Amino acid sequence: MTNLQSPISNLSTLRPDLSVIASLIPAGVRLLDLGCGDGELLDFLVHEKQVRGRGIELSEEGVLACVRRGLTVRQGNLEEGLADYPDASFDYVVLSQTLPFLDDPAMILQEMLRVGQKAVVSFPNWGYWRCRLDLLLNGRIPHAPDLPQSWYEPPRWQAMTVSDFIALSRELNVRLLDEVYMAAGKRSPRSWFKNLLATTAVYVLTA
Amino acid sequence: MTTTPSSVGIVHTQYHTFAEKEPFRLESGAVLSPVTLAYETYGTLNAERSNAILICHALSGSAHAAGFHAPDDHKGGWWDDCIGPGKAFDTDRYFVICSNVLGSCYGSTGPTESNPATGKPYGLQFPVVTIGDMVRAQIRLIDYLGIDQLFCVAGGSMGGMQVLEWAAHHPQRLKAAIPLATTGRHSPMLIALSEVGRQAIYADPHWQSGDYYDKPQKPDAGLAVARMVGHITYLSDESMNLKFGRRLQDREKFGFEFQTEFQVESYLKYNGNNFTRRFDANSYLYVTKAMDYFDLTEPTGTLAGSFVHSADIKYLVVSFTSDWLYPTYHSKELVTALTAVNADVTFLDIESTWGHDAFLLEVETMTRLLGSFLDRLWVEENGG
Repeated sequence: MTNLQSPISNLSTLRPDLSVIASLIPAGVRLLDLGCGDGELLDFLVHEKQVRGRGIELSEEGVLACVRRGLTVRQGNLEEGLADYPDASFDYVVLSQTLPFLDDPAMILQEMLRVGQKAVVSFPNWGYWRCRLDLLLNGRIPHAPDLPQSWYEPPRWQAMTVSDFIALSRELNVRLLDEVYMAAGKRSPRSWFKNLLATTAVYVLTA
Repeated sequence: MTTTPSSVGIVHTQYHTFAEKEPFRLESGAVLSPVTLAYETYGTLNAERSNAILICHALSGSAHAAGFHAPDDHKGGWWDDCIGPGKAFDTDRYFVICSNVLGSCYGSTGPTESNPATGKPYGLQFPVVTIGDMVRAQIRLIDYLGIDQLFCVAGGSMGGMQVLEWAAHHPQRLKAAIPLATTGRHSPMLIALSEVGRQAIYADPHWQSGDYYDKPQKPDAGLAVARMVGHITYLSDESMNLKFGRRLQDREKFGFEFQTEFQVESYLKYNGNNFTRRFDANSYLYVTKAMDYFDLTEPTGTLAGSFVHSADIKYLVVSFTSDWLYPTYHSKELVTALTAVNADVTFLDIESTWGHDAFLLEVETMTRLLGSFLDRLWVEENGG
């Protein structure tokens, strides 16, 4: 057998939004990564920040890649995966770039804050000014800059914006502990115009 | 290191006999004395005795899991695809053990073996055994081999039940568990299918209430039908379509007669008959009964209850999408129970058309998955 792949050695090699998420996670915490894909983030957190991590991933290839990286992952959808965990099983539950694909995002957010003390959520922002212009001038459903996928390609997504998310968090009585906005793969300053300027938003939430 | 997968080569079955003085007490309250287990080992036990993996076989399996008994053997052990240098259970690193279960007919104590009280084969005098009894007999073998803690216990189907039994009731004896295509609780459908097999054997006039060992004929017809039912349950609708379709065997058109006409009929008949040359009808009764009794929701009422003291074990639970005998929900129930007790559990439902047999046939995916899982544990235990 070949040995385990050597863990990723620094933050800068991570996908930009994952590197922001990684910077928000304290070392050594118990963490659940929802839709962990090939395990890139979890691999970094487990092997570089001594996080006690678990993942949930739908695709067989993703699960196999995660196991190859030495990670603990269960295959399944988020609903049934989350339901198995007792309350407060984790310090952090992470959901990166997946929110627009969920059938019931409000339920998943509540479940995340049931099984975890804190939730970290990142999503592409359709409130970005270019998206607005695209709809206004071209009359076309815009691609989110950090999610270049047409409306007719699977899996289906639902466009959402920074303001939509903030409104939902109020409705769910969820507190925003931290917020990071990104544009073109870099952190952008917090401002009144974040919904216009951010291509991706990252939030740390608690119940 | 990367090794080209190869065979463990020529292997020999060994025998360990115990309970000669102090009888071996079974779950039913009955006792056996002495007890012999047939077993094989592959690879080398390290000085720390920390690299042993126990492989548990399914209903009709034997201790011969890998390699060849003779240079001219055309067929290797039953899991030869996964056991050997460079394979999922890499014998360059691990010491792999497989033993024949109590009640079977491949050299371990069972109904075909001589009853010391009568000097004749036990037949139905043999006490009914359980999966728990099989595992406690394996523990005697592992003790004899001087192994305190197994690195891993792995197996599919009934082998998976033994894996779960080890984890639930002897958690201090293993670091990792790999239950494949199995269940924590034999379902009514599984019991029903077992019973059809047993009824086929009872209905054979040559069965003679199990007392046929000195008779000219054995209950081969009954055992063959039992095996045919079994084979159907190991396949899937899709795999039968692919493998046989509606094709006819050795003929162009229907004969309008009751001969073996379809390929699928011919396959079942061949495998049924073949089975009678290698398996014993009474053992079939005992081993299927042991599976039917298997229920880890007892005595606590929940599956999680059985694993409360087993949360330190690392688990790899695997099911197969087309397995309707042990459907994925059985494995998901295990994952739910293990998650509830906060165990480290990895789960994959492998996409496959092969039905229950997939655990023996999806070699490439299994090698990737099991190999990676074991690699990780090895690195965690021994460093990189």
